Amino acid sequence: MLDADGNTVIVIDIDAYSFRRLPTAFKGKALVGNGMDLEVLKKAGVEQAEVFIAMTQGDNRNIMAAQMAKHIFNVPRVICRIYDPLRQEIYQTLGLETISPTTIFADMLKKRVED
Amino acid sequence: MYIVIVGGGRVGYYLAKALIEEGHEVLIVEQNHIICETINHEMGSICRRGDGCEVSTLTDAGTARAAMFVAVTGEDQHNLVACQIAKTKFKVPRTIARIKNPKNEVLFKKLGVDVTICSTNVILEHITEEVPTHPLTHLMEIPEGGLEVVEVRIPAGSASAGKAVKDLSLPAGSMLSLIIRKDQKPIVPVAATVLLAGDQVIAVTSSASEEALRAALRAK
Repeated sequence: MLDADGNTVIVIDIDAYSFRRLPTAFKGKALVGNGMDLEVLKKAGVEQAEVFIAMTQGDNRNIMAAQMAKHIFNVPRVICRIYDPLRQEIYQTLGLETISPTTIFADMLKKRVED
Repeated sequence: MYIVIVGGGRVGYYLAKALIEEGHEVLIVEQNHIICETINHEMGSICRRGDGCEVSTLTDAGTARAAMFVAVTGEDQHNLVACQIAKTKFKVPRTIARIKNPKNEVLFKKLGVDVTICSTNVILEHITEEVPTHPLTHLMEIPEGGLEVVEVRIPAGSASAGKAVKDLSLPAGSMLSLIIRKDQKPIVPVAATVLLAGDQVIAVTSSASEEALRAALRAK
């Protein structure tokens, strides 16, 4: 979606197999590598990035990569997915912009049930 | 002193053992139930099963009264998050993290982890200490010709110091290609170039002549 809107997008994944899901119209770059590795992030051009989003399946991996982007590379906007709501709360207070799909989904279900 | 250790692998296990021997109160948090049972069987109930990055587990572990928090799992990201939670949520005064990737040291320090120990660096330092100083270092392999690019330092008192390149008994198949001398531009050696003690010589050699080359340059 970000790509289709005309943004320059780079996707990093440790497994090239994941890139099969990228649409054929995707104009951005796909980079194989560990998103928690400073060299890989540099190679992806994180120093010029305006937005950095960490959304792997691992909370701690996201937290570490997001904090690298924010505190080492000074990316102006960093968003981090954290499944564990308690962990999300802690990092939110530490100044990281976090999203917990667990909380969002629970809220959504609750609304549905109550409506 | 009450110390919480996250990770019951080899490092966590021996650390706990040593700390208990020194009279400290220790609790290990470990996710794998088999490791937990083994430790509890051997050392008494000092291992609690759980995720050391989860607030509820750390609450149960009594992290709030810990004087020290040590994260020694095999993954840098887990050690980082465990220490950050111990620090911000439970106000543990001293947090220590094991790091595998030396490049992560800066990040951990920046994010408030009090002490970092990089296992890779510790091992590297110990091994390089054991290596006799600068005998011959392999810089590059050229598989096509069976050749190698190596670096040899000319030690003080070696027979080659003070000799011209043409007077050295270099083995066939070896060629000196560059001399790096302190405070000077690199020198491309010719027959008349005189070697000095302390020179760093970059040479191309066949693998078979490597030992003879080392002897020609370093023998006393």
